[in-house]
Amino acid sequence: MNAMVTSLLKDSSEQRLTLVTLSIGAQMLAIPADVLYEVLDPLPTTRVPGAGDFARNVLNVRGSVVPLADLAFAMGLTRAPQSDRRRIMVLDVAIDGEPSTVVIEADEVHEVVSISRADILPVPATMATWPPDYLLGLYNGPQGFVLLPDLGQIFSTLATKSTAMTL
Amino acid sequence: MISDDLVQLFQDELRELLDSLDRGLLDLRMNPEDAGLIDQVFRDLHTIKGNGAMFGFAELSAFVHKFETAFDDIRSGRARVTPEVIRLALAARDEIPGLVEGTPDETGRRSGILAALSAVLSTDIPATQPDAAPVDLPPPAEARTEAAQLAFRLTGPAFELGQRPDLLLAELAGLGATDFKADVTGLPCLEMLEPSRCDLAWTCTIPATVTDDDVAEVFMFVDAKWDIVRAPAAEAGSAPVVAAPASPEEVVPVAAAVAAPVVRAVPSRAAPEAEPPKAASSRGGSGATVRVPADRLDALMDAVGELVIVEARLTELARNSRDSALMATAEQITRLAAGLRDATMTMRMVPMRTLVGRFRRLVSEVADKLEKQVSFVVVGEETELDKTLIEKLADPLVHILRNSLDHGIETAAEREKSGKPVEAVVELTAQHAGTEVLVRIRDDGRGMDPEKLRAKAVSQGLIAPDAVLSEQQLFGLIFEPGFSTAATVTELSGRGVGMDVVRRTIEGLRGSIEIDSVFGVGTTVTLRMPLTLAIIEGLLVEVEGERYTLPMTSVQEIVALPADKFTSGRAGDFLDVRGHFVPFLRLRNAFDCGGNPPDAQNVVIVTSGDTRIGVVVDRIIGTNQVVIKQMSKLHVGLRTISGATILGDGSVALILDVPHLVALGRQKGNIPNRSLAA
Repeated sequence: MNAMVTSLLKDSSEQRLTLVTLSIGAQMLAIPADVLYEVLDPLPTTRVPGAGDFARNVLNVRGSVVPLADLAFAMGLTRAPQSDRRRIMVLDVAIDGEPSTVVIEADEVHEVVSISRADILPVPATMATWPPDYLLGLYNGPQGFVLLPDLGQIFSTLATKSTAMTL
Repeated sequence: MISDDLVQLFQDELRELLDSLDRGLLDLRMNPEDAGLIDQVFRDLHTIKGNGAMFGFAELSAFVHKFETAFDDIRSGRARVTPEVIRLALAARDEIPGLVEGTPDETGRRSGILAALSAVLSTDIPATQPDAAPVDLPPPAEARTEAAQLAFRLTGPAFELGQRPDLLLAELAGLGATDFKADVTGLPCLEMLEPSRCDLAWTCTIPATVTDDDVAEVFMFVDAKWDIVRAPAAEAGSAPVVAAPASPEEVVPVAAAVAAPVVRAVPSRAAPEAEPPKAASSRGGSGATVRVPADRLDALMDAVGELVIVEARLTELARNSRDSALMATAEQITRLAAGLRDATMTMRMVPMRTLVGRFRRLVSEVADKLEKQVSFVVVGEETELDKTLIEKLADPLVHILRNSLDHGIETAAEREKSGKPVEAVVELTAQHAGTEVLVRIRDDGRGMDPEKLRAKAVSQGLIAPDAVLSEQQLFGLIFEPGFSTAATVTELSGRGVGMDVVRRTIEGLRGSIEIDSVFGVGTTVTLRMPLTLAIIEGLLVEVEGERYTLPMTSVQEIVALPADKFTSGRAGDFLDVRGHFVPFLRLRNAFDCGGNPPDAQNVVIVTSGDTRIGVVVDRIIGTNQVVIKQMSKLHVGLRTISGATILGDGSVALILDVPHLVALGRQKGNIPNRSLAA
C-alpha cells in the first residue's frame, strides 16, 4: 500500500487523485479512495486484553475478525465527542507487505474529492509533532489543510511495536 | 504458447511423479529384485520425460532420457539394483527440479551423475553375479555394425486412442534415425477409409548405435508393429514410398495426410491443433478424482465457517422467537450446515502418505551418513489429516526423526554388543483416535537414561539437586530450551535447539507431545494432533461481560472457586484439587478486566503438556463450535490469544492460547509477587 500510495503521488501519468475526506476531531484527513472498502455505522467491538493503545479492539466485519485501529492515537489527534455522525471505514492495506483488512474510526466521513497532483504539498519540516514518515503530504482544502496519512507506513510501524509486547 | 494453467498442471503432476519415483527407488532398495517396482520406476521416468518434452523442457527430457536408458538395463535384466545404483538414481532425481527451473549445471554435476550411473550399471553385468539366472535373460542387445532399416505401422484404432505418429517420428529422429519414408500401400480407397485407424506405415534408417531396446522404448506405449531389418537394402524398397520433407514447417492435418501422405517431423514443443487430443495419461484411475487448487478449498472452508456462525445466530433467534415453524427450519439448517461442514473438512483431508515419501528419503540419507543400518517402517500411511496441519507437521517430524537416528539408534557395533539386531527399526505410526490423530515415532535404540537426564538438568540449573521428578517429568526435560544430553554436537543434532521448538510448534497447532523411553530398549515420541485447524469445540466463558473461548481439548475439569480464595490472600493462588496443588490465574486480573468479581466464580482447569493450571472466570456459558479466525498482524504479538471467533450474536470472542496461559500461571505460581502485567 505504501508503495502504491507513493506511486499514486509520484506517477505523473495520472494527473488527478481520487481521495475520500474524513475528520478526526478538528483535523481533516484524506485517504485514497481505492484503499477504502466500505463505510459502515459503528459496530460492537471486543476488547483485546494486552493490546497496545493503537488497536485495542477487534470487530466482526461481514464474518471476518478485523482490528479497529485508532488513527487518532497514531497521529496524536484529539477525538470529537461521541455523535451519530461517527462512522467506521474498512480499509484494505498492506501491513509489512501482507494484504490486511483494518478498520479505522472517523468522527465524520465527508466526500470523495478529486485533487490535482500538483496541489499536493510536501510536509513542512516545522510540523515536528508528527512522526516524520506518517504523512505523504497535504493540500489546501476549502476548510483548511487536509492531511494525507501514509497508512501503510503507520500500520506497519505500529504492528512491529505491538509484536514487541509480551503478554 | 503454453498457458499457466497447463504449466501448473505439469508442475503438480511432476511433483507427484517425483514422489512416486522416490517411493519406488527407496522400496527398490529394500527389494532389489522386485520387477514390479523396477517397472514402476521406469514408467515414472518415462512419463516425466514425456511430459517434459510435451511442455518444452528439452533439457529435462534429454536428461531423463539418459536416466531412463540407464534404468532400462535394469529392467531388461542386464544390470542389477545395488545401493550405489539407488544412491546415484536419487541424486539424478534431485537434479530434475533444477532442470525444470532452468538452473544451469555449471559444475557438470548432472552429466557426472549420469556417467557414474551408467558406469555402475555397465560394470554390474550379470556375468559378475553368479547367482543370477542367465537363462531367463533376453540376449543382450548386440551392437550392430552397420545401420539398419526400421519399418513400423500403428495397429488398432490408433487415432481414436490419441496416438501421435508425428511424435513417434520425432522421437526416432531424436535417436538419430534418418531417411523417413511413408508407406501408402495400406491406404484403402476413400469410402473404405476408417478415420480412427492409421493406415500409413513408415520406414527409416537407424544408425548402428541405436539398439533394439532403444527402439522398443519408443514404441513402449503404442500399439505398433515394428521390425528391424539388418540389411538396409532389404525388401523395404519394394513398397511405393513417398519421401518425407525435412522441413518441420510443413504442417499437414491428419485428414489431409490421406490425400497426400506426407510425413512431418514435428518439434516436440509445437502445439498440436489439427491432431486428436492426447489420450488420458497412463496414470489410471483419474476419473474418480478432481484436482482442485488449494485456495478454492480454503474459500469453501471460509464460506462454511461463516455459515456455521450464521446458523448459530439463526438458532438463537429461532429459540427466542418461540415460533415452531421457524425453529423447525432452523433445525434443518443446523443439520445441513453440519453436513456441509463435515463434507468440507473431509475434502481438506490429505493422507499422511504425502509426507512419508519425504521421510523415507530423509531416513535413508541420514542413516547412510551416520553409517547405521535402519529400516524405516510406516504404519497408517493412509491416515488423513487437514492439509494445513500436514504441511506444518513436516518440520517437527523431521526433527524427531533426525534425533531418533542420531541419538536414539546405536552404532552397529554397540547394537551387536547389546545383543540387538544390527539393523535398527524406526517406526512411524499414524492413527485416528476420536477427534485426534496420533502420530507416533518409535525406535529400538538405546533409550534415554533418566539418571543421566537428571544429572544434566541439575548441572544446567534446570532443577534442584534434591527435586523429586517422575520418569515422565525427566523425559519432559528434553523439551526445555537449551537442554541437550548429546555429548557432542553433530552436524545433525545435539545443539539443544529443536525439541523445545518442536513442542512449541505442536502446541501452536493445538496438539500435544509426549515422550516415553525405556533405557536400553527404545524411545517413543507421541504427537496428538487435532483433526482440523479450522473448526474446534470450544468452552465459552465470561469475565466482566467479556466472553472468551478455551479449546475444549485442553479443558480438564471445572470446579467452583472456594470462598476463601475469592480475593488473593497470603496463602497464594493455589487450589487443592483432590490432593494436588494447582496454581490458578485470575483472568480478571491477568486481562485487566476491572470491575468486581461476582459472588460465585468458577475455575476451569486446563492442561498443557503435563502441567495444569486453573483459570478463574465469572461464569461458564457452555460449549460451542468455534470457527477459528486468525488475529491480524496488529495483534500477532499477543501470546495469550491464539485467535478469535464469531459468536451467534455476531460479536467476537477471543480464543485463549492455553500453553501460554499455563506458562503464565506457572510463572505466577512459582514467583507469587511477580506482576503479570509484563
